[in-house]
Amino acid sequence: MQLTFKGGVHPPDSKELSMDRAIRRAKAPKRVVILMSQHIGAPCKPVVEIGQQVKMGEVIGAPQGFVSAPIHSSVSGKIIAIGSFLSATGRYSPAVVIENDFQDEWVYLNERPDYQSLLIDQLKHMVKEAGIVGMGGAAFPTHVKLSPPKEKPIDTVIINGIECEPYLTADYRLMLQNPREIIEGSKIIMKILDVKKAIIGIENNKPEAIKVMKEAAASESEITVLGLEVKYPQGAEKMLIKSALDRKVPPRGLPMDVGVVVQNVGTSVAIYEAVRYGKPLIERVVTVSGGAINYPANLIVRIGTPIADIIEECGNFKTIVSKVIVGGPMMGFSVCDLDIPVTKGISGIIAMPATGLVHVDDFKNCIRCGRCLDACPMGLMPSMLSVTSERGFYEMAKEYNLFDCFECGSCTFVCPSRRPIVQFIRLAKSLVKP
Amino acid sequence: MVQIIDKNRLIVSTSPHFRCEESTRHIIWSVVLALQPASFMSVYFFGPMAVAILTISIFSAVVCEYGYQKLLRKKVTIDDGSAVLTGLLLGLTLPPSVPMYIPVIGSFVAIVVAKQLFGGFGFNIFNPALIGRAFLQVSFPKLMTTWFEPTAWLESAATFFLVDAKTTATPLGVLKEEGLQRLLELSGNYMNLYTNLLFGNRAGSLGETSVVALALGAAFLLYRRYISWRIPISYLVTAGLLAWVFGGKDELFTGNPVIHLMTGGIILCAFFMATDYVTSPLEWRGQILFGVGCGFIAMLIRLKGGYPEGVMFSVLLMNCFTPLIDRSFRPKVFGTAEKRGPAS
Repeated sequence: MQLTFKGGVHPPDSKELSMDRAIRRAKAPKRVVILMSQHIGAPCKPVVEIGQQVKMGEVIGAPQGFVSAPIHSSVSGKIIAIGSFLSATGRYSPAVVIENDFQDEWVYLNERPDYQSLLIDQLKHMVKEAGIVGMGGAAFPTHVKLSPPKEKPIDTVIINGIECEPYLTADYRLMLQNPREIIEGSKIIMKILDVKKAIIGIENNKPEAIKVMKEAAASESEITVLGLEVKYPQGAEKMLIKSALDRKVPPRGLPMDVGVVVQNVGTSVAIYEAVRYGKPLIERVVTVSGGAINYPANLIVRIGTPIADIIEECGNFKTIVSKVIVGGPMMGFSVCDLDIPVTKGISGIIAMPATGLVHVDDFKNCIRCGRCLDACPMGLMPSMLSVTSERGFYEMAKEYNLFDCFECGSCTFVCPSRRPIVQFIRLAKSLVKP
Repeated sequence: MVQIIDKNRLIVSTSPHFRCEESTRHIIWSVVLALQPASFMSVYFFGPMAVAILTISIFSAVVCEYGYQKLLRKKVTIDDGSAVLTGLLLGLTLPPSVPMYIPVIGSFVAIVVAKQLFGGFGFNIFNPALIGRAFLQVSFPKLMTTWFEPTAWLESAATFFLVDAKTTATPLGVLKEEGLQRLLELSGNYMNLYTNLLFGNRAGSLGETSVVALALGAAFLLYRRYISWRIPISYLVTAGLLAWVFGGKDELFTGNPVIHLMTGGIILCAFFMATDYVTSPLEWRGQILFGVGCGFIAMLIRLKGGYPEGVMFSVLLMNCFTPLIDRSFRPKVFGTAEKRGPAS
């Protein structure tokens, strides 16, 4: 019996395109567009002025409130514009544009070879100052997750190496190439949360990663590596906790309600680098893949790089492109413009050719086949949600637990009538109050 | 440098950006395929009349759908196969010698009244083919209960179109009117009776007679997971149990469930009609309740009602309850009623 959860789907994973491409550093772009809203929570406020010189790692956006994370310059150079820019979500966000002088001059980085002796509060402060957010996609400020209220005792940390989205291999490569950093990062997380148990969850279709991580964790008695069933959305926090620990987060609850904090492997590395080298989060690993990309790759990309630059670095398109997706194909955003910059939460850039069932224009009536009920990992009735929303009965959609849906897309993936169920759900969510 | 692309050609839509290959059309045509063994057996047993009835039934169903949608300027959806399936199912439930206007009327009622007037495929409350058949049974009771011996069409030129063939009663009719003993006498012994029922060598509606052919199609659908076992099995188990308990002549627990399950239209109904996605419940407990309800009503009619056969009304009556069942049985939302640690 494999460790798993109920529901879910098996989309073709297409990871072979990029899984053997070692992570390499992308060329620094001529200019970066750094959005001030790269995380869940309040956008940052620019603290620089046009014409000002900045160094790599210098704070250019100050956090507003607790649920927010500072934003740093990813290049050294001159601020040439501050304004409103289109983000991958289709919304505009305040942004700072910096022209790269290619000097790569860093601000002073406070290296701490003695980081193991640091106090919890110091560590937490370093994570916060480094602007670290969840790098799996949701981009929730990490220091908030690491500060659970006293009444929610945490006993387990889960390090998420699932990467269940098709095409994405960034976390996989990270586990193969940086296992030490992931383990050290996990230990820092455990120390901050005062937890004695950590689990690294990896899908069983990545035996190499399981092997490497097991070797790296061999000397750590508190860290176990678990192989979990290959199924989308295994990497969703609630599903991962169910699979790894057999605990169920209550509806609308958070992992901390069942004593768990989940952190992505990428976040773990970022935490290690922030604590050990004082390095803020100014770059991340991005998988560039999809049937329309000439040379799929896993690249370390500076935050703020326009995706057009990255696509060019990967040999451009080899065929007609119908969609460029930022994130994974199941939950990511398709973009209308290739000048959109990379943000902290973007794990992939997927260019899809105009073949296959990438885009479906027309849809049919719901025939109540029930496939979406079987696919829904949350135990909802997506068919009813889509039908009520389609008819405009948004309040009725609420009775079908509208707000428990986290939009994984499993229902829409399996729907034989090709109904845009998630779209109907989003529409309803935007029109009624929870 | 390669030209990047024309921005205007980038498609923007919400996630997921991937769909599985399965389509409604494919599912429906697979059900049509699954009915082919039964259709073939109907032609074998009832000859050219079976071909004519099935063809006319399917053809008129498709024409009705096309005509209605054209007339109301709706999108024509005959390619999804649902009209073909309805026509085929209706044809398979008709007696072998009905005049040719019968399938036409039946198809019209099924497609236009039971399906399109309710909003089309996906919105009908009742199984269209069964509504068509119910309409015919109530309107033309004589024509709809005239049965012929199987393979009578092979006997002579005169009986080729079943015009002069000898009429007979269905096994269920015999069972109801004269009892099990008479049914046995007609076949000789149990072995013969069961073999005849299994292969379909008996009087009845076109597609309902051959249990083997129907089982073949049902197995295909179950294997491909186009239907689940829940409705048909709960249906058959309930009907079988009731037949065993109450089907005996005088005493309880002396009935013969095997005969009840192999005669009439119960196999066809349980696997191909009660399982209709549109008109059956969504959730698994609801589906089992639906199947149990069908089995109960079918046996109530067979044992206590005026008609020898009750499967058609059993499914139609349970169709009424589908919305109610759906409201009562919903899947459990992930994480509900699960608390960790001491209850506060």
